[in-house]
Amino acid sequence: MPAKAKEFAAAKPFPSPGGATGGGVSIRGLTHFYADLQTIDALDLDVPACGVLGLVGPSGCGKSTLLELIAGLQQPTHGEIALGDSTDARGRLAHCAFMPQRDLLLPWLSAIDNAALALRNRGMRKGSARLEAGGLFERFGLAGFERAKPAELSGGMRQRVAFLRTLVAGKPVMALDEPFASLDAITRAEMQEWLAGALQADPRTVVLVTHDVEEALYLCDRVAVLSARPARVVEELSAPAPRAADRDEAVTDPEFVAVRERAMRALHEGMR
Amino acid sequence: MRRWVLPALLLAALVAAWQVAASTGVLADLLNLESFLVPSPAEIAEALWTNGTLIFENAWVTLREIVFGFLLGLLLGLGVGFLLRPFETLRLAAHPLMVASQAIPILVFAPILVVWFGYGIGPKLAVVALVCFFPIAVATADGLRSVDPEAIKMMRTLDASRGQLLWRLEAPTSLPFVFSGAKIGATFAPIGAVFGEWVGAESGLGHLILQDNALLNTPRLFAAAFLLTTIALGLYGLITLIERRVVTWR
Repeated sequence: MPAKAKEFAAAKPFPSPGGATGGGVSIRGLTHFYADLQTIDALDLDVPACGVLGLVGPSGCGKSTLLELIAGLQQPTHGEIALGDSTDARGRLAHCAFMPQRDLLLPWLSAIDNAALALRNRGMRKGSARLEAGGLFERFGLAGFERAKPAELSGGMRQRVAFLRTLVAGKPVMALDEPFASLDAITRAEMQEWLAGALQADPRTVVLVTHDVEEALYLCDRVAVLSARPARVVEELSAPAPRAADRDEAVTDPEFVAVRERAMRALHEGMR
Repeated sequence: MRRWVLPALLLAALVAAWQVAASTGVLADLLNLESFLVPSPAEIAEALWTNGTLIFENAWVTLREIVFGFLLGLLLGLGVGFLLRPFETLRLAAHPLMVASQAIPILVFAPILVVWFGYGIGPKLAVVALVCFFPIAVATADGLRSVDPEAIKMMRTLDASRGQLLWRLEAPTSLPFVFSGAKIGATFAPIGAVFGEWVGAESGLGHLILQDNALLNTPRLFAAAFLLTTIALGLYGLITLIERRVVTWR
């Protein structure tokens, strides 16, 4: 299991479709209302290009809304969100790929066709799209399952196909909404290790929403602890670096444990 | 195996009981009827055999009415279902009208169709299409609306256009619904065809049934009814088969 991440680290970065690197995220004075309900309060956040920012906060605090705003699926009530040079919803949509909580693989498509959806949507022919997406299957531990339907895959594999689908979209920014929340503890730990390796091999600007402080600190460079609704930043923490590739080793490191305690305190503070 | 064997055994037992009850006259006595009015399965089979050409010629007429009428209803239902999808206001406006189209008593409406379209296949197709249309249109519209909003968001961030959203996500999602609607439509179709023929026809199983009723030719009447049931079951079975080939993910 620990070998998986090392294998990733050693592998040379695979070509990102569409040359998707560069472009950070900048959020200034973001305030958002859902009808009369204020969900986000004057938020300022920055993610440098190829940085990984974690967002943790109590459930219902507006984390998912924030991701949808970043991805350009919604327009904020006040404030500005910039992805690279794009500030309008359409531009953000073009710059950001979104991985929802549930894998939402289309059950009638094979794993490879699910992974290639973005390419097909952009008008690439089926054969070329399969060739491009299929090239990543082995690296993602999915070799031999190209033609399998989602129903034939395990939870962890489905999540990997969903991540692959997001990656193949080739956008500079990826918004991940609790990608492993639906998995059992062991698979989740495996997938976290796997994602850390995948991001090391193919760096992207990532905003990761999670309710798991440990997951956030293990996967991200920086972690913003959000308050209960309306969401504001209680504290922004830097994850200890460099981290061990082995997850168990990383999370038991005294420095890691100290930062985790601080994050937990901030989380409790934000809930009041 | 069990799925086929058990119903087959029950059917065989029922037919056998009917055969005994009818041939001994018990059933006729029980219903207080002349015995020639209560044919046994053997007599019905004999009627089907001796009147084979006549019955099958009429069955062929009715089969065409059912199949073409069903296809017409399917096209209309799919068309209306898909057209209403992007226009929520239109859907709200049209929904009561679609329900109303179903509330029209076919038996009352059919004579008007005969006045309009004559004694040919036209009015039968119209009646069959009308009864099939509603379940298919409603199922299609419901199916298209059943799409997970999260999946729509996911497709939008994967650069799907409105058309691709419809073709790659909404249409496949609605397929199982469409098939359910089509199966309901298929069971209505033979009833529609018979109503259409009862109002005015020169041939068809419905027409033959009406004639045999007047002639008290009950064995042939039952034979025609048997064939009509077979057609209905065949259409239903065919749709189920296609569904299994197409909707492989359920």
